[in-house]
Amino acid sequence: MAIFKLQINGKAYEADVAADTPLLWVLRDHLGLTGTKYGCGIAQCGACTVHLNGTAVRSCSLPVSAIKNAAVTTIEGLSEKGDHPVQLAWDEVDVPQCGYCQAGQIMTAAAFLKKNPHPTSEEIVSTMNGNICRCGAYHRIREAVTLASTKI
Amino acid sequence: MSTTNTTSRRNFLKISTLTSGGLILGFNLFSSDTKGAVAVTSAPLEGNGAFNSYLSIAGDGTVTIFSPNPELGQNIKTSFPMIVAEELDADWTKVKVEQALLDTSKYDRQLTGGSGAVPHSWMRLRNAGATARNLLIQAAAARWGVRPETCTTDNGVVIHTTTGNKLTYGELAAEASKMALPADVKLKDRKDFKLIGTAVKNVENNNIITGKPLFGLDFYREGMLFAMLQRPPAFGTKIKSVDATAAKAMPGIIDVVTFKNNVAIVGKSTWEVNKARKAVKIEYEKDGAIESTADHDKLLSGLLDTGKATVQRKDGDVDAAFKNAAKVIKAEFQCPFLSHSPMEPMNFFAHVRPDGVELVGPTQTPGRARTDTAKLLGIPEEKITLQITRLGGGFGRRLKSDYATEAAELSSIIKAPVKVIWTKEDDMQGGSYRPAVRYRFEAALDASENLVGYKLKGVGINAGNCTREDNFPSGAVDNLLIESVEHISPITTGAWRAPITNFLAFAEQSFIDEIAAAAGKDPVQFRLGLLAKAKSKPTGAIKYNIDRMEAVIKMAAEKSGWGTKKNVSQGFSVYFSHQSYVAQVCEVAMESGKPAIKKVYAVSDCGQVINLSGARQQVIGAIVDGMGHAMFGKISFKDGASEQKNYNNYRLIRMKEIPEVETYFVDNGIDPTGLGEPALPPTGGAIANAIFKATGKRLRKQPFIEEEVFKA
Repeated sequence: MAIFKLQINGKAYEADVAADTPLLWVLRDHLGLTGTKYGCGIAQCGACTVHLNGTAVRSCSLPVSAIKNAAVTTIEGLSEKGDHPVQLAWDEVDVPQCGYCQAGQIMTAAAFLKKNPHPTSEEIVSTMNGNICRCGAYHRIREAVTLASTKI
Repeated sequence: MSTTNTTSRRNFLKISTLTSGGLILGFNLFSSDTKGAVAVTSAPLEGNGAFNSYLSIAGDGTVTIFSPNPELGQNIKTSFPMIVAEELDADWTKVKVEQALLDTSKYDRQLTGGSGAVPHSWMRLRNAGATARNLLIQAAAARWGVRPETCTTDNGVVIHTTTGNKLTYGELAAEASKMALPADVKLKDRKDFKLIGTAVKNVENNNIITGKPLFGLDFYREGMLFAMLQRPPAFGTKIKSVDATAAKAMPGIIDVVTFKNNVAIVGKSTWEVNKARKAVKIEYEKDGAIESTADHDKLLSGLLDTGKATVQRKDGDVDAAFKNAAKVIKAEFQCPFLSHSPMEPMNFFAHVRPDGVELVGPTQTPGRARTDTAKLLGIPEEKITLQITRLGGGFGRRLKSDYATEAAELSSIIKAPVKVIWTKEDDMQGGSYRPAVRYRFEAALDASENLVGYKLKGVGINAGNCTREDNFPSGAVDNLLIESVEHISPITTGAWRAPITNFLAFAEQSFIDEIAAAAGKDPVQFRLGLLAKAKSKPTGAIKYNIDRMEAVIKMAAEKSGWGTKKNVSQGFSVYFSHQSYVAQVCEVAMESGKPAIKKVYAVSDCGQVINLSGARQQVIGAIVDGMGHAMFGKISFKDGASEQKNYNNYRLIRMKEIPEVETYFVDNGIDPTGLGEPALPPTGGAIANAIFKATGKRLRKQPFIEEEVFKA
């Protein structure tokens, strides 16, 4: 066990955990940030996606010891009032069904649009292909990312 | 026409003692008329105390509606309140929705399954809204000294039609609570619906997109422990010995306990528990048949020949029909086991205390979870509370109570609050699969290419009756025999979205296509011809609605431009399941020598659509689900163990693979008949029939991806 100092959503946090603890479980079990979801634990589904210095990463497969000084952003910190263009598009298109995968989908989309604000539809699909939605809400996810890209 | 409904007084009870001066209407929302009155106490407007089925209107005009049924993405938490708000003429922006606790004394059918919630509750919800509206009108009329008949309502306001005077529901709530309950209430005419049938956003959108703790896995209680259970890795085995010495010494581990066939690792965090679990040494021994998929393939074929069949339906003289046939067509279809694999794995919180039990978690059947826990612990049900969290998908897996009762059992052993968490691997290897099934179809055509004989024999592994003997084309064929055979296995199975029909529909609709081809008839015209026969000269009982099925077929043909497309191959499928009808046309194009699924047209008759946005989601999601599992889904076994452990080798459909989908709904004024499942069954057949059109090859085995046409 060791103390890890983390910068998450612009705030300083400390967690006393084993070095190999995935960021996902530090967020969920130790810091109470449960917006980031456990889906598969092997970086296949994307439900646990967070930003590390602005890049989308799978927090289930990222040991806390690897984070060091990097800034972590979770769904709770994507915007102060839930009004990031991607979040607004998600609401406008009425994307969620069960909703479990959506935080990961939104975080993937937000990081992607930050780097590529005017993507082609092929680029959207090839990026979002990494996130599974078991309800099959892919059409609306695609539509929402497209809509958000017009507002970023 | 508007409907007048007699309101049984037993079903409504007002509570006037609301501190903020509002109306609470306690209505026996989910009970049948024969049940007793709702025991409504002066419950607080919000919070977890004394939940009753009620809608309340506060002084500020806020309308709170409790939604009793578990929400797993079928959008019930939005559509139920829409129905109440419609008849109430409420301002939708002032409606708040709260998930109710389990309360079987107040709610009937507090579960999610069988696409039945809206059909079951439609009239109850409308009556509740209309009754509250009536009371508000009475209150306004009394204040103005006018007759109630001269008042109307609009968007949360009562209006006196002669003078134009207005009072808001909030202003009237306290007085409305003193008005006499009406003997009967008028329900709206369909043409006056303002909310029902429109696209309304999910009431939980904001909480979902900001990551609020809604799901069972998000539930946390101070002092709660975390646990994982190591269950037998293979069906047909049991624990022989356990050595948990090393695991118990690991950081964060509180205890390792063995009960039934489980070794529970209990600790302070998920990750510590997961690590320690790998350090537990468990030996297993044989405890039943150890089966593999290779054995199943032989077994299923063999059972179709020699298995003890149960006759499910028999019409006419099948032997004679086949003996005298001009042409006989035969085909066999097979599907593997499937995992439900909802995104949120199984989990449940339990705290067994001396004075009672608290359960919290994602369940489709909260009543069953409580009943089974009461039986297991030998305590009365009244001692157990159950809080229903949002479900991260269900697909039938959470109809079972195993993951709730095991949490209660563990809590009772360790005498501590504990949340049991399954990993995705636990979910996928833990059983309750969609059963593996094989079907044999035979059809007899006479010299004029008429279908005169039809046989279906199905064999399933722990599938019960794997046929649906009264489904189309039963009733349309003079000589018909439907039989089922069951193989009992240690591999556990359960309901999987659209149970049985999720595969049977593919097989039936593919076979109908094969018969049409053999008869040289257009697949759409062939189906319509059978329906015409069922209508004019029915054979035996007909348990589907011929007109509704005919209507979706015709509309799907029209919307898809059936038979007029040049660059794509079309396949047709139609299915009646639960209480609704869905016809689909799939379009396939050849790309680099392989069939590519480009588009699906879906025409659904689910009666009255409640929320157009949610209804489209259900249809499109069901098609994506149906296509994904038909294309890729497979759980196979080696020595009793599932060979698929996680999403890396259990392939789910992803965004790149989805076709375009066009959805249409039949507007026929019929009361709602459900939509959570009915759009899934037709999809596999529409795809397979389109692929046949494109390639000349029949797909008879799922997953399709393993078939020749998809290989390079």
